Order: sequence, then C-alpha cells, then structure tokens
Amino acid sequence: MVEYTEKIREIAKRLLQECKVDAVLGFRSGTIPMMNEPCFVREPEEVDRLIWDSNCGINLCNYLTDRKERIGVLAKGCDSRNIVTHIVENKVDRDQLYVIGVPCQGMIDKKRITAMFEDEVEAVEEKGDTLQITAGGKTSELKKEEVLQQNCSVCIHRNPVIHDEMVADPVPEQEDVDRYADVREIEAMSTEDRWAFFDKLLEPCIRCYACRNACPLCYCPTCFVDESRPQWVGKSQDSDDVRTFHFLRAYHCAGRCTDCGACERACPVGINMRVFTKKLEKDCKELFDWEAGMDPKSRPPLDVYRPEDPDDFIR
Amino acid sequence: MTTFQLDSDRLTEGIDRLHGQYRVIGPVAEGRFHNFRPLQPGQKPDFDFRNTRMSAKQLVYPQSQVMAEYHLDETREDSHILKEVLPDETPRAVFGIRPCDADAFGLVRRNFDTEEYKDPYWIQAYERATLVGLACEDPCRSCFCTSAGSGPYSTGGLDALLVEDPDGGYWFQSLTEKGERLREAAGWKEEAGSGVEDTIAERKKAAESRIVSQVHTDQLRNQATLDLYEAPFWEDVAFSCINCGTCTYLCPTCWCFDIQDETHGKKGCRMRNWDSCMYPLFTLHGSGHNPRGEKIQRVRQRFMHKLKYYVDKYDNGIQCVGCGRCVQYCPVNIDIRRVCELMNQRGSTGAACEV
Ligand code: SF4
Ligand code: SF4
Ligand code: SF4
Ligand code: SF4
Repeated sequence: MVEYTEKIREIAKRLLQECKVDAVLGFRSGTIPMMNEPCFVREPEEVDRLIWDSNCGINLCNYLTDRKERIGVLAKGCDSRNIVTHIVENKVDRDQLYVIGVPCQGMIDKKRITAMFEDEVEAVEEKGDTLQITAGGKTSELKKEEVLQQNCSVCIHRNPVIHDEMVADPVPEQEDVDRYADVREIEAMSTEDRWAFFDKLLEPCIRCYACRNACPLCYCPTCFVDESRPQWVGKSQDSDDVRTFHFLRAYHCAGRCTDCGACERACPVGINMRVFTKKLEKDCKELFDWEAGMDPKSRPPLDVYRPEDPDDFIR
Repeated sequence: MTTFQLDSDRLTEGIDRLHGQYRVIGPVAEGRFHNFRPLQPGQKPDFDFRNTRMSAKQLVYPQSQVMAEYHLDETREDSHILKEVLPDETPRAVFGIRPCDADAFGLVRRNFDTEEYKDPYWIQAYERATLVGLACEDPCRSCFCTSAGSGPYSTGGLDALLVEDPDGGYWFQSLTEKGERLREAAGWKEEAGSGVEDTIAERKKAAESRIVSQVHTDQLRNQATLDLYEAPFWEDVAFSCINCGTCTYLCPTCWCFDIQDETHGKKGCRMRNWDSCMYPLFTLHGSGHNPRGEKIQRVRQRFMHKLKYYVDKYDNGIQCVGCGRCVQYCPVNIDIRRVCELMNQRGSTGAACEV
C-alpha cells in the first residue's frame, strides 16, 4: 500500500491548487514504529507530509464531525462506510466532501507484532505483502496477512463504498470469511461463563475513553457517562460502572458500527471491546439483513420503520 | 553506601520474609504487559519487563480512592455526618519500580505536600511505602529520562535500588533508613565484593548511553508565556488529538483528580478519582460555561502545564520524567518530545527537531 503515497500527494496537491477543497485529511508519518498521525493539510506545498502504509488504522471519519470546510478525505472501506453513516446522521454534508478512496489491504496489529518479539521493535518496513521487522538489531520477515488487525482479517468491504476518485484500482474483496466465529463462541457460553468472560475482559479498563473517542459514532456533545445532571454513571473504577459504560456504548453503536477497529486499536490496555459491537452487528445482519454505512439513502434499522420488518410485534 | 549481593533465590526468600511485616507489591505479568499487584507469600515479582503499563503512581495515588463515608438513614445517630476513611496503615514494600516512576514521586510531591496544603492520603501512602527500584538495562527507544531530570539508574524517590548483576542475581543498595530496615527484615547480609561500586557506575554509564532519545528544555523558561500560549503550532499539534485520558492516566506525573459523592441507597462515600485535563468536563463550570471548551485549548493546557507553567513555578525542570508512556500509547501518536522541541525552539532558528 506504500505505493499509494505518491498518488495521494498528487491528488491532494491538485485539489488544493484548484481550490476544490480547503484541506485534505490524511496521515503523516509517525514518530514511533507502526504509528501514523492523522493530519490536516491546507497548503499545496505541504502535501509531501501525506503518506500511506499499513499503519493508517485510525478512522478518519472521526475528524469530520460537524466540520464546515470543504474537505478532501482519504477513505478506506471502513472509513467510507462511517462517512456514509455521518452523512445519513447529518454530521457532515456529502457536498462538502471529496472522498479520495483508498482500496485497503488491511492494517497491521501493532500490539500483536510488539508481543511477538522479545526485543523492542525498532523499525517496520513494508515490502508488498511482507513486513521487515527490526528488533534488537536483527531483521526478520513476517507475512502481513498473518499480523493484520483482527477486524481487518475478517473485513469484507475493503474498497470504499463511496468515492469521488480512487487512488488505485479496487482490490479483490475477501470471500468466504467467517466474520462471527468469535461472537458465536461467546454466544455459546452459559450465562455465568459469559458474565465471567466480560468481567475478565473489562478488568484492566482504566476508563480513559480512548475507545469511545476514537469512534466516529461517538460524537454526542455530552456522552451519557459524562452527563452530570443527572449523573447516570459513577466515575470510579467500580466494575458495575465500567460495565455500564461498555454495554451502553455498544448499544449506542448498534446498526451503525462498521467494525473499523479504531476502538480496539486505541485502547492502551489492549481490551477487545469490539466483541460487544460485533455481537450487535451480527444481530443487525441476522434480524434486519443490515450492514452499516453501505448506502447514503438508507437509515439504520434502529431508527426506521420498515413494513417488511420480519418481527410481528411492530405491526 | 554498602552494596549487598543477592542471588535469585535469596532475593525471593528475602521478599518472602517480608510478608507479615509489610504488604508486598511487585510487577506481575497480565496478558501482554506488567502491572503492580500485591504479591502472595511464595510469589515472585516478575522483573521481565521494560516498564509497567500503568505507572507506579497508582501505588500511592490510586485511580479511585474513598476519602470519607456517610449514612443518610435518619434513624441513625451519625446520619449525614461525613467520616474520614484513611487508607490502610500497613507498611508496604514495593519492588521493581523503574527509576523514572520513582523520580515522579518527588515531582508529584511538590503538589501534594506543600507548606500550605498537605494531602493526608498521598503523604501517608507515600510514607508508609518502602520503594525498591529496579535499574533499567534495556531502556525503550521512546524513553528520554536522561533529558527529563531522571535516568535509568536514577535514585530519586527510592528507598533502595536493585541492579541486575550480569553474572546472575542482583545487587541491593539501601538509600534511606526505610530501605535499610527493609534490608534487615529481608535478611540480606552478604556484602558484594570490592570494586562493585565501580562496576555499577560503569553499568550506569552504559545504560545512560543506551537512551537514544532526548529533548531540549533549556529555553523553556526564557520563552514568554503568552507568546508560547499564542504560538501558531497548537492547531497542528492538537489536530489529531481525540481527547482521551490515555496520556494523563498513564503518566506518572499527572496528578489531577475529581471528587465525587456516590450514594447507594442510604449509604454513600466521598471518593476521589483521577481526572484529566483532556476531558471537556474537567473545566466545565456549574453555569455551563467552559473556559477550555475547545480541544486545542485542552491540548495546549497539557503541554503548557508540563513544559512551561510547572517549569516557571518550581524552577526544577519539566513536569515529566521521560518515561515515554504517552509517546507509546497515545492512540494518534501525539509525541511530547516533538511538542517540547517546538516549544523550546519557539522564536529561535535553533537545531532541528530530533524526533
Ligand atoms: S457512548 Fe453513546 S452517549 Fe456516549 S458518545 Fe457514544 S453514542 Fe454518545
Ligand atoms: S480504551 Fe480501553 S481502557 Fe480506555 S475506556 Fe476503552 S476499554 Fe477502557
Ligand atoms: S494526546 Fe493522545 S493520549 Fe493524550 S488525549 Fe490526545 S489522543 Fe489521547
Ligand atoms: S508526560 Fe509522557 S513521558 Fe513524561 S512522564 Fe508523563 S507519560 Fe511519561
């Protein structure tokens, strides 16, 4: 994917020079291995800051909420689906955006790669579908597909669903992917085991809210956990409050979550809170045949009435 | 200072001997990282880590702490009376604190223990703890402790230091009376051979030379506060920030908290919980006004506090020990080293940023 960089700079420069957009939203190179930083480029002379590689896992749609400028935004498959959701929810206007579609081949999992090496990872270089990892002065190779973020390894929408221009030809979509093996495993647990599993999962949570804040869906001016009049949720490390945050946040994302993985990626203590949002994603698929963010003209199932709804109670 | 020699067994036996007199705490592997946890008799601290994910700050200043309790049941005589709850008084022995985290205690103390204000919770917790550090041999590439007033063998804030002996085992040095008492309780008596101090000094130098990242802070005091405050770079610095609490919660030197009453039925408690200047709620007034309502104001606050206001107020360096946690775990890679260089270089045409 590194070869996209040149094309991205070229498109960004053209858009800025022709005043088609006020700024281009993309990534600049990070200061540590396997990290890039979202950045906003306003001047054509600055486009060389933009880069692309397998460390662009942050969902850029998160930076579009309520902005008023005309923005050229780089969008992987998942970002584009969140942009669609933003459009449907009136958080950004389609006309404001110039969507620069990036066919995605998955983002790499920094936490996993870090854990694979005894020594600290000093550098990661991408060569097609292999990664050259330097750790403790020694360089070794990894197959990229073996160290993808878990959500990327089961992604079936790698190509952007809306775009004004593509940086490259679409990539083949992954087929025969079992998206919900992990959810089924949890569904199969007894109630007690499942509760114990959730407790263990959430035990390290420090309530930093990086997961929520990295999520483009969580744009509420005041999140329910921050509401103080009345205060719905306690502020301490009490496990009931921690669980309340996670369960409710997941429900607020139901039918909207694209499983972009931004939440899990952001967590400083490595919690996979995606199991909650994914369960709801699976339910939406099974109950409403719904996938979030595929079409700017359809509203998510939980805020719409459809006469063909399979459930009786609604009629 | 006398240096004592401990082989691995003696270290474990000694630590085990402390149970009963101390609550013993040490690093424990939890999934992919280490955190400080109480050790059970027979359980060894796990020293196979570069640094713990959460800093040692929480040992003295826990994320959630009950300060007082009350009852609302009016049939009780003590209803509506707030009763102080002081933390458990048992002395604690903590093993495996990295020197940067220990130096952070000295720095945080300037806030919790002043002439005017004494925070009994922090002070008591700090004073009842005996802190045994573990010198760093293999610092992370994002550590910049040596240019932030600390270092891989720094002893500030510690009662004793453990240094790994390359031939196996550890060297133990007590630095305070508390440290010496712990050594006696542990029964560590065998003095290390002559020349060990020189060996340690050499190893210290070598470890310091393995710190590859540095920040320049020499101009921060000279900068005009308002000029830094209004510097044009804040927009770019703040753009990617998602205002999570990661950088502040992981930081050993961030000290801000919020006080809340929590009532369940007719019983309640007053607690203090860590808070973060990155959150909009942190500065929200009762009137609804928020003096730091915008993200750029909050990001600027974090860096101005650490790298300018603190520097000016205490004339004792920056409010950062260079542990690198915020650099490694900020989800969007906002790097304090970069921001520090921008601030330090403001108005000069000095050396280019090194990170
Ligand atoms: S968790 Fe819910 S209330 Fe909080 S920001 Fe997300 S959607 Fe809004
Ligand atoms: S990012 Fe992780 S630690 Fe922070 S609130 Fe979310 S789950 Fe908890
Ligand atoms: S600087 Fe990074 S870690 Fe800190 S609040 Fe911003 S996004 Fe979170
Ligand atoms: S500011 Fe960052 S590097 Fe400095 S002490 Fe805090 S977490 Fe460590």
